[in-house]
Amino acid sequence: MISFEHVTKKYGRETALNDVSFTLEKGKIYGFLGPNGSGKSTSLKMMAGLVFPTSGTVSVNGKKVDRKIAAEIAYLSELDFYYSAFTVQDMINFSASQVSDFDWKKAEELVAFMQLDPNKKLKQLSKGNRARLKLVVTLARNTPILLLDEPFSGLDPMVRESIVKGLLSYIDFANQTVVIATHEIDEIETLLDEVIAIQNGDIWAIENVEELRETKGLSVIEWMKQIF
Amino acid sequence: MEEFQASKPIYWQIVDRICHQIVRGEIQPGEKLPSVREMAIQTGVNPNTVQRTYSELERMAIVESKRGQGTFVTEAKDIIIELKSRLQREIIEVFVNNMKELGYTKEEMIIGLKNFVEKEDRG
Repeated sequence: MISFEHVTKKYGRETALNDVSFTLEKGKIYGFLGPNGSGKSTSLKMMAGLVFPTSGTVSVNGKKVDRKIAAEIAYLSELDFYYSAFTVQDMINFSASQVSDFDWKKAEELVAFMQLDPNKKLKQLSKGNRARLKLVVTLARNTPILLLDEPFSGLDPMVRESIVKGLLSYIDFANQTVVIATHEIDEIETLLDEVIAIQNGDIWAIENVEELRETKGLSVIEWMKQIF
Repeated sequence: MEEFQASKPIYWQIVDRICHQIVRGEIQPGEKLPSVREMAIQTGVNPNTVQRTYSELERMAIVESKRGQGTFVTEAKDIIIELKSRLQREIIEVFVNNMKELGYTKEEMIIGLKNFVEKEDRG
């Protein structure tokens, strides 16, 4: 469970999050949706203990978030940053060396699933394959929470589809909570349990997506257009 | 991955597809349905949604879940027959409503339908 209580984050005079409170439940897939600069990434980084609130409290499973939360959270960064001398296998070894919950067997399966060559240098990989590898090292961790920041950004439809399938195949649905921040809704429309709409640092609404379809006859995109 | 209408409940769209497959005979009575996870991967849909699909089919008595074994299509003939006639009723309802809207009488509908079917028979 992830909870924000009256969380405000300021960067200088800019307010990234404005007195935000919400709770995310265990075992669900959340879409954190909003335009660029809405506060999605800041929120995810706060859950991951990479950014701290100016005021208010962020807690994960009842504990106030600090740097040590990394043990319970797998975080996929939106950045395409990598050590160019590394091979795919080096990247996996390195990721495994940084955490205690790395599942080698799962990593191996995922590499095969994503059709990556373990011996290939990262600088020789396409952007799409680097995105796949990032997902491999994130999903190979057995953490109760997975945070994915813009996993689809700038990727072609084939890569997007393999990421969705990778998630559906390897998430432990009963036990893992997944939060996906994105402004590309199409890809995850069918994947989500709940949507969180965020704009200008305010949470506008949290809704169950099937309920939106059932009671309002709205797709997520139609709903977002209505509320923003 | 399959295409869905994003503005209608997805669990219901999958229920509908499975019912059609059963009526067409693509899924046989007694056949095992894919596990929730397999179905989620096949369709690209959230497993909780797939779970809801299976619960709904079970409520409709179209499938039975056997503990530890999975979900199976019913072998009860009356339920399959009822499903077949329900789908037929639904299609006829849409047809009749569309015709009514255009101002056709009952007699015209029946004559039109009869002519169409006979023409099809003759190829």
